[in-house]
Amino acid sequence: MTAFVIRRVFQSVLVLLAVALIAFALFNYVGDPINNMVGQDTTPAERVQLRHELGLDQSFIVQFARFVGHAAQGNFGLSYQQARPVGQIILEKAPATLELSFVAAMIALLLGVPMGIYTGLHRRSLVSQAMLTGSLIGISLPTFLIGILLILIFAVVLGWLPSFGRGPVVHIGWWSTGLLTAGGWRAIILPAITLALFQMTLIMRLVRAEMIEVLRTDYIKFARARGLSNRAVHFGHALKNTLVPVITVTGIQLGAVIAFAVVTETVFQWPGMGLMFIQAVTFADIPVMAAYLVLVGAFFVVINLVVDLLYYVVDPRLRIEREHTAGG
Amino acid sequence: MATRVLRLVLAAWALVALAVVAPRGAEAKIFRWANDGDSNSMDPYAREETFLLSFDSNMYEPLIRRNAKMELEPGLATEWKQTDPTTWRFTLRQGVKFHDGTPFTADDVVFSYDRATHPGSNLSSPLSTVKEVRKIDDFTVDFITNGPDPILPMNLTVIDIMSKKWCEEHNTTRAADLTKNEESYATRHENGTGPFMLKDREPDVRTVLVKNPNWWGLKDEPIDIDEADFSRIANASTRVAALLSGELDMVYTVPPQDISRIAGTPHMKVWKTPELRTIFLGFDQSRPELLESSVKGKNPFKDKRVRQAFYQAIDESAIAAKVMNNYAHPTALMVGPGVNGYDTALDKRFPYDPAAAKKLLAEAGYPDGFSVGFDCPNDRYVDDEAICQAVTAMLAKIGIKANLLAQTRAKFFGKINAPRYETSFYMLGWTPATYDALNSLKNLVQTRDGKDGVFNTGSYSNPKIDALDKQIGVELDKGKRDDLLHQALTLTRDDFAYIPLHQQVVVWATDDKVDLAITGDNYFQLRFVKMK
Amino acid sequence: MADLVSPIPAASPPANPPTPPGRARRFFDSDILYSFRRSPVTVAAAVVAALIIFGALAAPLVAPHNPYDLASVSLMDATDPPAWLDGGNWDYPLGTDNLGRDVLSTMLYGTRLSLTVGVSAVMAAMLLGVALGLVAGWRGGFTETIIMRVADVQLSFPAILIALLIDGAARGILPRDVQAEIAVYVLIVAIASSHWVYFARTVRGSVLVERNKEYIQAARVIGVRPWRIVVGHLLPNVIGPVLVLATINLAVAIVTEATLSFLGVGLPPTEPSLGTLIRVGNDYLMSGDWWISIFPGIWLALLILSVNLLGDWLRDAFNPKLR
Repeated sequence: MTAFVIRRVFQSVLVLLAVALIAFALFNYVGDPINNMVGQDTTPAERVQLRHELGLDQSFIVQFARFVGHAAQGNFGLSYQQARPVGQIILEKAPATLELSFVAAMIALLLGVPMGIYTGLHRRSLVSQAMLTGSLIGISLPTFLIGILLILIFAVVLGWLPSFGRGPVVHIGWWSTGLLTAGGWRAIILPAITLALFQMTLIMRLVRAEMIEVLRTDYIKFARARGLSNRAVHFGHALKNTLVPVITVTGIQLGAVIAFAVVTETVFQWPGMGLMFIQAVTFADIPVMAAYLVLVGAFFVVINLVVDLLYYVVDPRLRIEREHTAGG
Repeated sequence: MATRVLRLVLAAWALVALAVVAPRGAEAKIFRWANDGDSNSMDPYAREETFLLSFDSNMYEPLIRRNAKMELEPGLATEWKQTDPTTWRFTLRQGVKFHDGTPFTADDVVFSYDRATHPGSNLSSPLSTVKEVRKIDDFTVDFITNGPDPILPMNLTVIDIMSKKWCEEHNTTRAADLTKNEESYATRHENGTGPFMLKDREPDVRTVLVKNPNWWGLKDEPIDIDEADFSRIANASTRVAALLSGELDMVYTVPPQDISRIAGTPHMKVWKTPELRTIFLGFDQSRPELLESSVKGKNPFKDKRVRQAFYQAIDESAIAAKVMNNYAHPTALMVGPGVNGYDTALDKRFPYDPAAAKKLLAEAGYPDGFSVGFDCPNDRYVDDEAICQAVTAMLAKIGIKANLLAQTRAKFFGKINAPRYETSFYMLGWTPATYDALNSLKNLVQTRDGKDGVFNTGSYSNPKIDALDKQIGVELDKGKRDDLLHQALTLTRDDFAYIPLHQQVVVWATDDKVDLAITGDNYFQLRFVKMK
Repeated sequence: MADLVSPIPAASPPANPPTPPGRARRFFDSDILYSFRRSPVTVAAAVVAALIIFGALAAPLVAPHNPYDLASVSLMDATDPPAWLDGGNWDYPLGTDNLGRDVLSTMLYGTRLSLTVGVSAVMAAMLLGVALGLVAGWRGGFTETIIMRVADVQLSFPAILIALLIDGAARGILPRDVQAEIAVYVLIVAIASSHWVYFARTVRGSVLVERNKEYIQAARVIGVRPWRIVVGHLLPNVIGPVLVLATINLAVAIVTEATLSFLGVGLPPTEPSLGTLIRVGNDYLMSGDWWISIFPGIWLALLILSVNLLGDWLRDAFNPKLR
């Protein structure tokens, strides 16, 4: 087990290096930051000079090596757009995205899993059909359309909820939170729902599909034959067996929530990393993009590690197998 | 255990919530507004960008400022005159204090010139004609120019004055240097002389300014609002929604399609004025063969008839009416109303005439038309992508197949600007930073030689215009100068060097309790804001 | 673990019992059709999907206009409302967009593009992802490590960045003349390469569980060849979640395409897909020209809905465990 984790940590470093390498190969294609950084009257000579000072005229391998060298010391450079340290910008933006993703993931799980169980147990009921169909309509409309529609209804027409931003935030050390004020909660409702809709549908449908299968297995039939109550069978046996794919997908989706947050954050002007990233792409703000990608890479690495560890917890059959592999 | 933790958390939450929602003290007049971009820095030399310059000029002031009609008026200088052809003398305002209480003197002007012209600053080009700034006494400075420079006072309106003492104290005597890994103090702090002071700033999210109770201009020009609360909202629909829902008192920029909705909403008001920016189409006129075209072995755009055919195939009045919802001023010139050198008499577009255009194409040897790449930004100008699509459709009617590539600004400018200039046919917009037509001529029309014509992407070249530009640059007599400008603009127009489309209209929207001053340079000045 | 599998002599006779004759046939004759008829929702979904797909395929025949023929588009007809509203006319039954294109026709033509891109991308992602997931889960060890860490790298990049990279590389390598023609393929590759990971990780997770079950062990012991075990036994048992993912990802792929067109990757705005039409129309929602985005939005929702309902039914009907 310890050996397994150590190996994974080592692999993770390689993953992050690969992410950075690809990122720098990619920056040739995101456009030219210089034009955004200088005034329209700046002479070509000054532009060339700036390009040279920033090292943009070097090959991506050199740029990559310099980035890794600096990043190893915790230095991600200055944002081209804001002329501020990238690390600091990301620290400012991370709480907003993490809170939004967390609330959205909670909504998705707390609604998705029970709805999945219900629709799996009562396949033919009208309520199930309504849930299944309704949730699908939610995901088949693009996020930006749903976001604007929600704003139109709840902010413009009804005037109940704010249309943009996080509302009042409270600073606790470097962390800023909107979850301690009523205004902050009001502000998070619409973006969190928008973001959760897709994950909720996915989780619900996965749980349902797995429930249906598991309920037909002999293992469940035996459990019933043993005289166990419906409740014990459904939740003690069946649900537990559906969890491996659900955990896998939820794990990836938690990362995906952060990636999906790009669109949601843009629509609601949510001051998080997604918004920061999309602005960095349109500005070609290379230091911000590089740091963001490596950070997201780290997120996924951690999430996937946790997911693999969770497999052990929910499914004992994997344990022997895994330890065997890891040991050998 | 779990319940106890929960109870603790709830208690803490209640406390914090109470502290945050506690009612404010005195009733202050707060003006809430939003824009699609953020002022990227509080340092007024950080970038030559309209929004940054106009935002920061609420806190910092130049020697000469512009009033609500864009005319020059005394700022930190009370008088200025040319003492000889290469010397401008400025008399400085006395009794002005920076926000930290330091008095303003000639040393600050000399220092600001130095800071603005050194690396890190983006504002060296407006000062490129200046050789030296000389302190005569505490309240007199001379600007010595390399040659006669009649428009220096106009250029100085964008150069805000910073405090020498403050910059030295905070180690920010040079504007932000991106190659160093430190944030400059001036990026998030300010110390100007202006009517507003920085209270709170979360970059990219929110910036709060408060009234400067000690501003020198207060007795002639009282400031009505106590606090201005700025939010950045990048998405246009969200911005408009926030105004409609009453969360904001003012937004700009407003997309044309939403203007009628806002105007039709009770308690809402739409403000508009023609903008100085001209939107136009350009051609590659120098490569022997176009990069992206079905025509091989020659460059069709070298033929004036082809350029004219493109011009006459485009129904600009339809674009102005339908794409821009009439919030555009169709133009025949590369400069618009409000720019020095503009003349209504010259502003006559060649008629829209697809039949004539087809005939011209046939005469030029392309009876069946041809295909050509078409580069366009999709997040830079008002409805840029829609304009390009409309142009593409209109060109299709005379047999030209324009392959439209609409991209975000970083990719678009990277492709069509120096050093690559990789385009055959493109759309661009230009605002003359000096409010003078010479700026447009020099950047867009003059022959590309590495110094001038930097944005002459298609490399148009006309020796007659080059010669005129040279004369205009040193002509001190306004009448003669205007006449020369007219000649150059007419030549550009009649040679179809470009296809000017329109000047955009600046549109701001407010709650109707707000009064403000709207100007064609899109400079929004908080000092003009009044709230009922 | 590989030791368990490889030493089995290739010559040993196949041990599967002969399949009963006409099994597939019997299937189609009875079970499938029966379960199909029994579910009115499925029948409705099939009809809707068929209609939408027919509309897309036959767009040149059934659409009132050709929105991609720019010479026929008139800007003066822009933002006309649907025919039954004031100012509408029956030339444009569902109104026109901001450039004067007929919304109905653009929807039909746009569905062609969206379906092509969406279905191809999801299929490609699914094939690649399932194959790699099976291999990783089955082989374990070093192979698994490599595949799963590549997946980690891949996951770090949002689809839009992958697309920028592929598009940029394609533009760099290919001559300018063919770039317009290959735009669709660039899109498909870009979207597929950002989606395969979801399939791979899901399948691997399921394989880890399944491969220790008795039926797999039994198959090994009696000497079934590894690839037969994987394809014949393992695959059918892990495919359930894959189908859920695939049908849902179709919606994501179609919407991703719309986002990418904003970055200038893929199809030009003069040939809008369903997603692009919704994205552009989105900017007109606030102004009251709702039909530009709402009709295509409903169309897309109907398509995704019916595909997902059909997917549900298909999975239930073909699932060996549910028979």
